[in-house]
Amino acid sequence: MESLATSLVQAVPALSAVPLWSLTLLFTVAVAAVVLTFALTYAGLATYVERKVAGDIQARIGPNRVGPVGLLQFLADGIKLILKEDIIPAKADRFLFALAPYLVFIGSFAAFVVIPFGVGLIASDLNIGIYYVMAVTSLVVVGVLLAGWSSNNKWALLGGMRACAQIVSYEVPVGMALLPAVLIAGSLSLQDIVRSQGGLLGIFGWNLFHNPFTFFSFFLYYVAALAETNRTPFDIPEAESELVAGYHVEYTGIRFAFFFLAEYGDMFVVSALATACFLGGWHIPFLSAAALSPLWGNLLSLGVFLGKTLFLVFVMMWIRWTLPRLRVDQLMRMSWKYLVPMTFFNLLGVSVWLLAFHGRGIPQLIASMLGR
Amino acid sequence: MKSHAEALPTQEMLINMGPQHPSTHGVLRVILRTDGEVVVNARPDVGYLHRALEKIGERVTYAQYMPFTDRLDYLASMNCNAAWAWTVEKLAGIEVPERAEYIRVIVCELNRIASHLIAFGSFTADMGAFTPFLYAIRERERINDLFEEVCGNRLTYNYVRIGGVSADLPEGLLDKTTEFLDYFEPKIPEYNNLISYNKIFVHRLANVAVISPEEAVAYGLTGPNLRGSGVPFDLRKDEPYSVYPKLEFDVCVGTGERGTVGDCFDRYMVRINEMKESVKILRQAIAQIPDGPVQAKVPRVFKPAAGEVYFRAENPRGETGIYLISDGTVNPYRLKIRAPSFVTMNIFEKITKGLMISDIVAVIGSFDIILPEIDR
Repeated sequence: MESLATSLVQAVPALSAVPLWSLTLLFTVAVAAVVLTFALTYAGLATYVERKVAGDIQARIGPNRVGPVGLLQFLADGIKLILKEDIIPAKADRFLFALAPYLVFIGSFAAFVVIPFGVGLIASDLNIGIYYVMAVTSLVVVGVLLAGWSSNNKWALLGGMRACAQIVSYEVPVGMALLPAVLIAGSLSLQDIVRSQGGLLGIFGWNLFHNPFTFFSFFLYYVAALAETNRTPFDIPEAESELVAGYHVEYTGIRFAFFFLAEYGDMFVVSALATACFLGGWHIPFLSAAALSPLWGNLLSLGVFLGKTLFLVFVMMWIRWTLPRLRVDQLMRMSWKYLVPMTFFNLLGVSVWLLAFHGRGIPQLIASMLGR
Repeated sequence: MKSHAEALPTQEMLINMGPQHPSTHGVLRVILRTDGEVVVNARPDVGYLHRALEKIGERVTYAQYMPFTDRLDYLASMNCNAAWAWTVEKLAGIEVPERAEYIRVIVCELNRIASHLIAFGSFTADMGAFTPFLYAIRERERINDLFEEVCGNRLTYNYVRIGGVSADLPEGLLDKTTEFLDYFEPKIPEYNNLISYNKIFVHRLANVAVISPEEAVAYGLTGPNLRGSGVPFDLRKDEPYSVYPKLEFDVCVGTGERGTVGDCFDRYMVRINEMKESVKILRQAIAQIPDGPVQAKVPRVFKPAAGEVYFRAENPRGETGIYLISDGTVNPYRLKIRAPSFVTMNIFEKITKGLMISDIVAVIGSFDIILPEIDR
């Protein structure tokens, strides 16, 4: 942000009288507002799309009353949730009960900061991007556990405990499955990881096709990430038919909406990570984004990135309305007995591959053979 | 130095599952004592829907009791209607025209399909898959449309009468039923592809809450729950009534195809297979149905001779037995209904020990209980 502010001062000399820190602050607030607006609009629209997808899959129509084809349904829902009475159970721990939804919300939306939306479209290109995402999304666990505990409801407590165990268990395979991309790029910055996947028609540079291990890693990551976001078939913390609604059973109105938004925010974040780490991020197929004018380069790359990410989000919805739910012990077994060893094996495989072929992937090897 | 267990003592938790809970299929209350996620004891507490249906039976006439049987098992009202009619006819020795019997069998089997569809749908919804439920509802809707044409109602039919049925089938209904069967039959393999053999689904159900054949008999399980344990007992075959002897069908039993005989998956599969058998029965009944009257002569003031009778019918949820004592007046002297769901709940506490909370939901779903029948 400070670099942006400096460049603005250089471009408009009249601003040099204004202290630099205030410009920096202004930029920070502006960028935060843009990211938050995007995130909220996305989350709102995603709830609409989810209901439409569910309707399609279940041989019914879905929302079609508010606005054209029901597009404004999410606004109506939002207004309704804001106007609802905010009920705090009499025996709840009031402070923690009020705090929990915000922790969950912050945990999932803070991750938007480091998501590389386009060539230059990133709120903050942290050099520890992936690490940062893993760290802030862990805040969700705290929020969920607090929500379950402070509600003073046994179902909520069970849901909170389940969620906690689940998210902590699945963070291991999620992190392990992302590491191959870090190894290939040699950097934790998401922007660097995306840049490392350019070239070769823009598709064969993807980490997905780098070698067999990364190919597997992508699917392992996707499965583990699905579990981390508490989506079906891993939605046991909410498990409507078992735990009523799990950890947010006592929440009403806008506090409940925060949990809801956080879930959709989480879906976007994990899909964006998958896109950035395995599917070439914002690289435009057959074109070099850097060669285009900044405006078109950014716009096109944003479109490509959102396209891939939202497709992954759609697949999550598709899975949700198709599969039943695992049992809690089966879920744990799956993480510790299958996913964790497999991701470890993959990580080892990628390391050996990188050593053996000097960091080149299969497409590059083929290209160099054809070139000879 | 305290040991770990002393420093951090754990205690059992007492949880009320219901009477308001999405998966107890009504107002069933289960008192759960759990050790974390593992159930130490699960005691069903029934009675929230008690309406004194048996006592009411002593205050109304035989014909007036018919609508009350609708409220016995509202997902299979036709079967309950018919069971009441058959009981009273057995008591009074009324000869029912053959066409009426065929109509009864047709509506009963259609209702059996509808009931099993709800069982299938709500069971999968309990397991976390919501889509099959909507598919089941879609098919059931067509059955409801047929029933609406038959008797004007969509849930509580009140169609069967003592000595016959309230009205003959409307024109073209049998063709529409055949049309529905042609539409419905290919749907069953579709369900199996969609959910029945889904790996997650099978893992949730196979080897869960196994009931051995001996136990099933000892606890008086009936219907699909008994057959799920591998006991081929079906009143339509073993104690035939109405025109069932003239119809060919197989008795579906649990085979333990994905686990042990008598687990939740077997009970589930029995219902899926019974839908196929019902389709078979319906096709034969439609082919065989004769012309003729649909109502026998029954006196307006109906006073059966003093005596007692027990009649049992194979309903979708099992054996519905009606024990009726007449003292020669217009009202029954005593009426006792053996409801299959109520008897099934006896074994609940025994087989749920040591399961997980999620399995409780699976067990309730696999029993396919219905609360108005448990509490009457």
